[in-house]
Amino acid sequence: MRRQDVLLALALAAAIVLPLVAPGYLVEVSMLVFFLAFIGQSWNISGGFAGQTSFGHAVFFGTGAYTSTILQITFGWNAWLAWPAGAIAGAIVGWIIAVLSFRAGLRGSYFALITLAFAEAFRILANSVSFTHAGLGMLIKADPRPANFQFRDPIWFYYLALALCIVSLLIAWQLTRDRFGARLVAVRENEDAARALGIDVFAEKVKALTLSGAIAAAGGTFYAQKYLYIDPNIAFGVDKSIEMLLVTMVGGAGTIFGPLLGALALTGINEATRALASVVPALKNVQPLSLIVYGVMLILIVGRLPDGLARLFHRVQRHA
Amino acid sequence: MLDPGILFAGVLNGLMAGGIYVLVAVGLTLIYGVLHIINFAHGSLLMLAMYAVFFLWRLSGLDPYAALPIVIGAAFAFGYLLYRLVIGRLSHGRDENILLITLGISIVIDNVALLLFGGNTQTVETPYASSFVQLGDAFLPLPKIISFVASLFICAVLGLFLARSDTGKAIRAVARERQGARLVGIDVDNIFALSYGIGIACLGAAACLLMPTYYVTPSSGHAFVLVAFTIVVLGGMGSFAGAAVGGLIIGVVESLGGLVLGEQLGQIGISAIFILILLLKPSGLFGARQ
Amino acid sequence: MNQPSRFPVSRRTFLAGSTALAAGTLGGPAIVRAQPAPVKVGLIHPVTGFVAYNGQQSRLGATMAIDDLNKAGGIKSMGGAKLEPLLGDSQSKVEVGVSEVEKMHEQGVAAYIGCFQSPVGIAASQAAAKYNTPFLIDVGASDLLVTRGLKNVFRLKPGFGVCVDQGIAALDSLNKAAGSPAKSAVIVHESGEFGTGTSKLLSGKLPSIGINVKEVISHDNPTRNFDNIALRIRSVAPDLVMMSNYQNEYVLLARTLFQQKVNLAGFYSFLGGGFNYKFVKEMPDVSQYMMDTNHWFNPKSEKAQALKKRIEATKALFTYELYLSYSVVMLLADALEHAGSADNEKLLAALSASTFKAELMPYGPTKFVNGQNQGGRAMTLQSLKGDIEVIAPAEFASAKAVFPRPKFT
Repeated sequence: MRRQDVLLALALAAAIVLPLVAPGYLVEVSMLVFFLAFIGQSWNISGGFAGQTSFGHAVFFGTGAYTSTILQITFGWNAWLAWPAGAIAGAIVGWIIAVLSFRAGLRGSYFALITLAFAEAFRILANSVSFTHAGLGMLIKADPRPANFQFRDPIWFYYLALALCIVSLLIAWQLTRDRFGARLVAVRENEDAARALGIDVFAEKVKALTLSGAIAAAGGTFYAQKYLYIDPNIAFGVDKSIEMLLVTMVGGAGTIFGPLLGALALTGINEATRALASVVPALKNVQPLSLIVYGVMLILIVGRLPDGLARLFHRVQRHA
Repeated sequence: MLDPGILFAGVLNGLMAGGIYVLVAVGLTLIYGVLHIINFAHGSLLMLAMYAVFFLWRLSGLDPYAALPIVIGAAFAFGYLLYRLVIGRLSHGRDENILLITLGISIVIDNVALLLFGGNTQTVETPYASSFVQLGDAFLPLPKIISFVASLFICAVLGLFLARSDTGKAIRAVARERQGARLVGIDVDNIFALSYGIGIACLGAAACLLMPTYYVTPSSGHAFVLVAFTIVVLGGMGSFAGAAVGGLIIGVVESLGGLVLGEQLGQIGISAIFILILLLKPSGLFGARQ
Repeated sequence: MNQPSRFPVSRRTFLAGSTALAAGTLGGPAIVRAQPAPVKVGLIHPVTGFVAYNGQQSRLGATMAIDDLNKAGGIKSMGGAKLEPLLGDSQSKVEVGVSEVEKMHEQGVAAYIGCFQSPVGIAASQAAAKYNTPFLIDVGASDLLVTRGLKNVFRLKPGFGVCVDQGIAALDSLNKAAGSPAKSAVIVHESGEFGTGTSKLLSGKLPSIGINVKEVISHDNPTRNFDNIALRIRSVAPDLVMMSNYQNEYVLLARTLFQQKVNLAGFYSFLGGGFNYKFVKEMPDVSQYMMDTNHWFNPKSEKAQALKKRIEATKALFTYELYLSYSVVMLLADALEHAGSADNEKLLAALSASTFKAELMPYGPTKFVNGQNQGGRAMTLQSLKGDIEVIAPAEFASAKAVFPRPKFT
């Protein structure tokens, strides 16, 4: 364990120092990695630890983004207050979806699909109602002062993303040590056996999804504050759902560092392949090549490492 | 908008639309029923099949309907090989992994298509595309009537095949009880590949029936997949008859929802049905009790 | 090159400059004596994904313009400095667009051109604003692009407000000249920001020219079939159908209404995504008599006609993305000539004061107010006999409009 701790400390130190020495682009990309790791961890809690695969996690992400944005724009709330409000909204949505779905006994693919349906329903609603400005999207007025949860220098978003990532890692670490986490894993491994052991399976799954919803929603607000514009597709689109699922599963679902590893790998591959195609002469449009390589790499990683990248670091805890 | 004539026409339009959805859903439900995977590559494969129909038409003037046997055959072969060489090999039998692999495949296929065929929209012009049959307020384009009839016919044929033929029985056996099937000597891996192939062959048929009235771009397959998922769940995952009936129901719901709530909000009808079915009767209309 | 930014980033930028990334650079500056350093232009477009075709057309237009410019000797006032395109794929995602902005900033870009999709354009131009680097919008409909008070954003093409006003004025003349056969309309629009925004404006303004909006139909992207919309249109029986949507839905709806032989006085679209040469050539019957108010090149411009021939010779399509981004590159080049340098402040000043002659486009004199070119103009077009004719404004008209359209027999 000690060597692992030293490595972690070094990685943390490197992450803290990075923006002071690295080019802005690298800082931006690293910020995205930590952000993805954060929202990926939200998926990991319900999908990895509790084993409830979800295809529609964007429903929470978008709820957070829209809640905080509407509170700011329409009701004049301060962004820092709107943030926890958004997270609470995400938790509520998580709770509702969980109660409805698990009461109905949904499991496995059925649960995954209903989350997809909820995300799609929210997207359509957001596209149709006026308090989300429908298809026009919502623009947060650019006023880059820390008091507004907007920063002129992207370095602050980087540190915030890093902090969020660390918090999410700590949450995951806690789950590998405490009873709640142990109960989630029991539910994942064998629901009936868990029930037989006296675990209130329903309650545990609801808790997992509620927590997961809160975290994803917090990520949604972060995203809205960083880019200052959201619309129904950005907030509830299937792309975000897939990203959250992908980084966790590729990195190793149910592991602490899975989402971070997955985010690192996939972001790295995306950046590298995108740049690759840009080097080729302009008039021949070979940009799609970059995504072909990305897709192939995804297939190879999943094929070669069925348990995810975390398996490579077998000293990383996996709660058995 | 609640004029009975309009509603009647809406129902007919919905049935026609449902006909195509049925074919897409049938492939998905078969793949799910047998392999227990949600095929994320379904939309991309539909798109490929549609390009196949387009190029056959563009290069040799072959009518999309006449191309049915060719495209169905080619789609079957492609699906079979895709499973055998890629999906089966790399998934190590884990359901979650197959999901990611089909996702990766869809990214690759979408972008290969973009690279090779370009992003511009392609359509097929057929002489009968402008013909229609008028029933009251409904104007039913001939190609849509043909696709409705053809898709139900293909479903019936496929259903019979599954029920009566030896291969069909083997497929059903594997769907019901994988290990048991293996124990009685069924080559399960081959059945998996066959089932995947048949699922994709259905997409080939759907492509031929769609092209006279629709279009193809490298992203056009995905529009049908969410609906297909809804139908599969509505009908009962793995149930053939379910997919057929579910497809028609969804087509009608979408149509009436659009008329009553407005096209945009009407789409919520599909998600709403999806959610309600899952909450109230997850096994779907025809699915086996869980 | 760029001024070091005024935030506590200058040290990083300095270090970054000395560790410049090679990736994404299209060949380094040629190490030739007396050859001035090239001016790097960042192009950010969605060349993959749902709108890949539009993104690719934008990229094509911009890179052709850069090529042509370099062949003609580059920026004379900078010693013949050539423009060097940095190619970015936004992948239709806001975060990727912003990432590209940052990456290109590292590579010392003097200006950005992008992004086709307004959400990406909004975020990317905001990111570029940190560095005070000019961001030129080639295509992007949302007015949010130019109403944020950002000093670095410039949009050469008109916003949809201008397009709607012009289109309505043209419709009014057309209607009156034909004895006002059009009294009612149904608006069909895509549910995103361009369709919704355009439709709102239309609903507000059509009554003022005597046209009653009977219904507004919003649809998703993509829409699988238009049979029901056609059904509703038939039951409402408007004189006009007015569309604002993207290419595929536009063509599908037009085809559906044609196949069902819906009689209308006219199809009058605004920024109709499908109204282009491919549509009218491949579906002459469907497209015949359809009208659109859109971004269009100046048919009387020799340069534009020459460019059109060149493009069509390569079997590509002469679409608005192409000539808009071509024009934007020319705008940038013109500003660089006046500024005599690629320095941010000088370039921004040159752009703000620009009187660039947009030779390809039917624009009035260029004048940027809050980043929006007041000289931008749209044109009203009609598909006639498998070709596209300009029917308004009169000074550019190449044919007389046919309105109302003949009924189906």
